[in-house]
This record gives sequence, C-alpha cells and structure tokens, in this order.
Amino acid sequence: MIAIPAVVRRRATGDKRASFWVYGLLIAFLLGSVFPFFWSFLVASRDSSMLTERVPPLLPGGNFLSNAVRVFDSVPFWKALGNSIVVSGAVTLTTVLFSTLAGFAFARLRFRGRNGLFLFVVATLAVPTQLGIIPLYMAMSEFGWAGELQAVIVPNLVTAIGVFWMRQYTAQVVPYELIEAARVDGCSMIRVYWHVCLPAVRPAAAFLGMFTFMTSWNDFLWPLVVLNAENPTVQIALERLQSGYYVDYSLVLAGTTLATIPILIVFVVLGRQIVAGIMQGAVKG
Amino acid sequence: MTTVTRRAPHQGVAPAPPGPPKLTFRQRLSVADVKWSPYLYIAPFFVVFGVVGLFPLLYTSYLSLFDRDLLDLEGTFIGLGNYTELLRDSQFWTALTNTLSIFVLSTGPQIVVAVGLAALLNTRLRAPTGWRVGILLPYVVSLVAVGIIFANLFGPNYGLVNSVLEIFGIDRIDWQGNRFFSHLAIATMVNWRWTGYNALIVLAAMKAIPKEIHEAALIDGASAARRFFSVTLPLLRPTLIFVVVTSTIGGLQIFTEPKLFDAMPGSNNGGSSNQFQTITLYMYQTAFETQHLGYASAIAWVLFLVIIVIAIVNFLLTRRLASTGAEDDR
Repeated sequence: MIAIPAVVRRRATGDKRASFWVYGLLIAFLLGSVFPFFWSFLVASRDSSMLTERVPPLLPGGNFLSNAVRVFDSVPFWKALGNSIVVSGAVTLTTVLFSTLAGFAFARLRFRGRNGLFLFVVATLAVPTQLGIIPLYMAMSEFGWAGELQAVIVPNLVTAIGVFWMRQYTAQVVPYELIEAARVDGCSMIRVYWHVCLPAVRPAAAFLGMFTFMTSWNDFLWPLVVLNAENPTVQIALERLQSGYYVDYSLVLAGTTLATIPILIVFVVLGRQIVAGIMQGAVKG
Repeated sequence: MTTVTRRAPHQGVAPAPPGPPKLTFRQRLSVADVKWSPYLYIAPFFVVFGVVGLFPLLYTSYLSLFDRDLLDLEGTFIGLGNYTELLRDSQFWTALTNTLSIFVLSTGPQIVVAVGLAALLNTRLRAPTGWRVGILLPYVVSLVAVGIIFANLFGPNYGLVNSVLEIFGIDRIDWQGNRFFSHLAIATMVNWRWTGYNALIVLAAMKAIPKEIHEAALIDGASAARRFFSVTLPLLRPTLIFVVVTSTIGGLQIFTEPKLFDAMPGSNNGGSSNQFQTITLYMYQTAFETQHLGYASAIAWVLFLVIIVIAIVNFLLTRRLASTGAEDDR
C-alpha cells in the first residue's frame, strides 16, 4: 500500500481540526437547544405581565419560588412526582429484567423456533401499538384499573426495543465458553443468567434502564387516557395546569421548569453514557 | 441490522446428550431446565405484547365494524359503515392532510440538518463528547414541556417569535390561526426535539466508515464535496433508511404537540377549524370526547394502514435516493 502523508490522510478522513466556522455553527445549534429552557425559566421567574411587554426582558426575575408554590397549590404536584417515580421506576426495573432475560435466551440459548420468534420481535418494532388504546382502555375499565397506576405500568412491562438491544449486545459480549464453564460447574440456567450474563451486559442494561426511565417519565397519550386529574403523572399534571380557561404562563412554565429539572440533572450526570448508548445502538442496531 | 447469527450447535449449551437410561432426579431436572427455561425467559415479552399490543390492535379492527359508544355494552354491527362514513368525513381528510403536512415539514428538513450536524461533529473538535451531549439536550425533555414552551413562544399576541419578527419590521404571524404556519410551528417543535438525536445516530454511522475508503477516494482525486456525496452518503444508507422509517412511524402518530399547541388549552379540536388537528388527535377526540368507539377504531385502523404504506414508500425512496452516486451498488 502506498504510504499517505499524515497531513493528507487527516484532511481526507474528516480528521482535520475543526475550523472557526464549525465551532460557530455548533455554538448556534447549542444556543438553539438551550434557549427554550432558558426562556421557560425566564417566564417562570417573573409575573405574567412580562409577556405583554413589547421587548421582553432577558434576565430572570425573582418570582420563581412564589410561582412554584402556586404550582403546588393548583395541581397535586407532589403526588404527580411520586406517581411518576413509581411508574417509571417499576417499568424500568421490569423492562431491564425481562429484556436481559429474553436477550440472553435469544443470543445464547438454543431452542426450537428461536430465529422465527426473534424475527417476530423485530417485526413488532414497526407496530404502532398506541393505535390500540381504545380496546386497552376498555379492558382497563373492565378490570377496574382506570385511574390506577397499574394501568400505566402493566402495558409497559417489557418492550421489543429492549429485547432487541439486549439480544444484540449479549451476542457480542458473552462468549459461549463462559456459559459452558458455568454449566460444567453445575449452574442452573437461571444462575448462569444471573452470575455470568447479567454482569457482562451491565453497560447495555444501564443504558436500557436510562432510556426506559426517560421514555416512561415523558409518556403522555396513554396516561392521559387512563389516568385522571386526581391521580396524575407529572406530564398529566402539566397538561392540567395549561388547560385552564385562562393560561397563566408564569404558572404553567414554572411547573414545566419544575418537571424538567429532575430530568436535566439526570442528563447532566449521565449524559455521556446516554450519548454513548445511542451511538452504540445505532451502529449495532 | 445484524440478524440472528447461525451458529453450529455448541456443546455445553446444547441439551445434555441423551444419558444412560437411569437419570437421577437432578439430571432430569437439569435436562428440563435446559429445554424449557429459554421459553420461560422470552415469555414475558410475548405475553405482554400479545395482551397489550396485538390483541388491542386486532380488537380495534373488530370494533371498527360496530356503531358503539363508550357507555354501550354492545354495539350494533354496521359492517364497513364506519369506513364509508370516514371517506365522506371532511374532518378526517383535513386531519390526514394536516398529519402529512406536519410530517413532511418535520422529517425532511430534520434529516438533512441532522446529516449536516453529524458532519460538523465528525471534525476534530475539542471536547467532542461535550458537544454531543449538548445537542442531545432537547431529546430528554418531555413532549408536554416542549409543547407548552413552544406554544408560548409562538403565542399569537405576546409570543417571543412574533416580538422578534416585529423588531425586524416583519408583520406578526397568526401561528395558531393560519393553517400553514401552525404546521410550521408544530414541525419546529418536532425538529427541535429530534434533530440532535438523529444527528448522533448518523454520526455513529459516519464514524463506522473505514478511513481507507476515504483515502482511496482522495488518491483518485475526489474533492471534499464529491467524497461526501459519493462515498459518505451512500455508505450511510442503512442508517438513513433506519432514521427515515422510524421517524415515519413516530411522526405520523404525532399527538402531544398539536394537543398542547391549541390556543384553547385542553381542547382536542386542533385549532378553531381543525387547522392543525392530526389523525391521532382526531382519534383521541372521537374516542374519549365524543365517545364513538367504533368510529374512532376505524380511524385508528386507517392510520395504521397509512403508516405502513408510507413507511414502505419511504423505505424504497430512501434506498433509491441514497444510492445515487454508488454505481455498482446492489
């Protein structure tokens, strides 16, 4: 092979040092990404009269706390937070558990119908299940679950995308030899899963957990259908705040800010892992 | 997409060899364990999908043949009556047009910008992860929060967007009332939330392109632009297909953004003359506000078909578009 000078190689392969323009465009993008949050906080920290000014002020005011207090007075916000934590936590736990189990079986165990069943899982990825909410709602009413948290938890116990991801990841990181060794040592299948497979797939399981938690936390249509204003999740409480006859935006956006802060904190702490997980999933998926 | 890899049966994992006639209880237990536990492990998914995914979808098609309200215990069978009524229902056609319009305004620009953004991120940056985290930020915010914030920004009277337009001497725009502009505003929400996410997926695919291919093109004298369009883009094809198809399935079911964008909050009308009501919103309104379950089921089922058809069309289209420039490709 012909040797290519490092400079040329770098220029050819997108390895060149980013120019001023690249940084400029990226900064513009970043500002665009951040601005709506900032705006939301800005409105939340003032009173509604701010919005009627011709040139809105660009510095936060001092009313955020009083607006936040009004949020807690207007809707059962603590309850909503608690509900969201319970729902998202439960859904995350079961999704990670069932997805890693199924991923283990599909990737490393041999059984009749394995390939066909896995193809079926992949096919269900394309099925818009949210179009089935009408019978689902009728079923939940039948069970007496309408308005109860289990109506939001049970339909989301495990997802096709979770099973798919975990199968792909397990196939990559768990060698057959390791499972054989554990079997020879007398492990039952479930112990092989617990002591061999699960520790090996932990990074992917952690990503699946974060992803599931966020999806569940942000879910809207189904909770809106099946829950009510007395027993809401955070998203439903927010929607309630906004749907008064007159929209007091400093109140509504204070609620929005409050609801967004926890997820922003999680994102600041775990952002790197989330990015890595998305990019990995993209290449392998 | 890597599908199931076919592997030769591997010894230890394959069922234990048929042992001598006298198996101890423990051994029999072990054989049963090997044979049945895989089914046990995959069972939760199939049970959950069957009960809350497949069954409701099938039952939706059954319901769509009935005239049935929320409080009815039994409906009246009317065959395809709901569907023929749907074809004559102008609100349905409005909703369908709105959905497609918002979908085109969001998916198209979004993917182009995502590819551009990925190209920017694919240069040698300081703190590359920091930038990636930054552009992903909108993705973690809930759709409800996005909807509320943008409904405020695009407010007809005191919205910031209109104030800025006014500063530049441009007339205020009725973002809620005007059909096209309302679609544009809703598409902006979608784009704001998803562009960074899609850019990361495209970036991952760009990083996976072997450098040797770029070097070969360079030696052949290809310019940077030529290399992008003739080397990078065709190699991104599987990823672009993936992105387009997933945004099709998601984008056509758009619900939260139009619901929260309404100037009459809490309303399911999608604007005073349904100018931005989407199909999912119409379905929701029909099922849970006017409570015609049978008719709403017909809407759901039609949307299901529309999604499948458009997903297939987009799949074929992306395959064609992204393959221009790579002659010997397939």
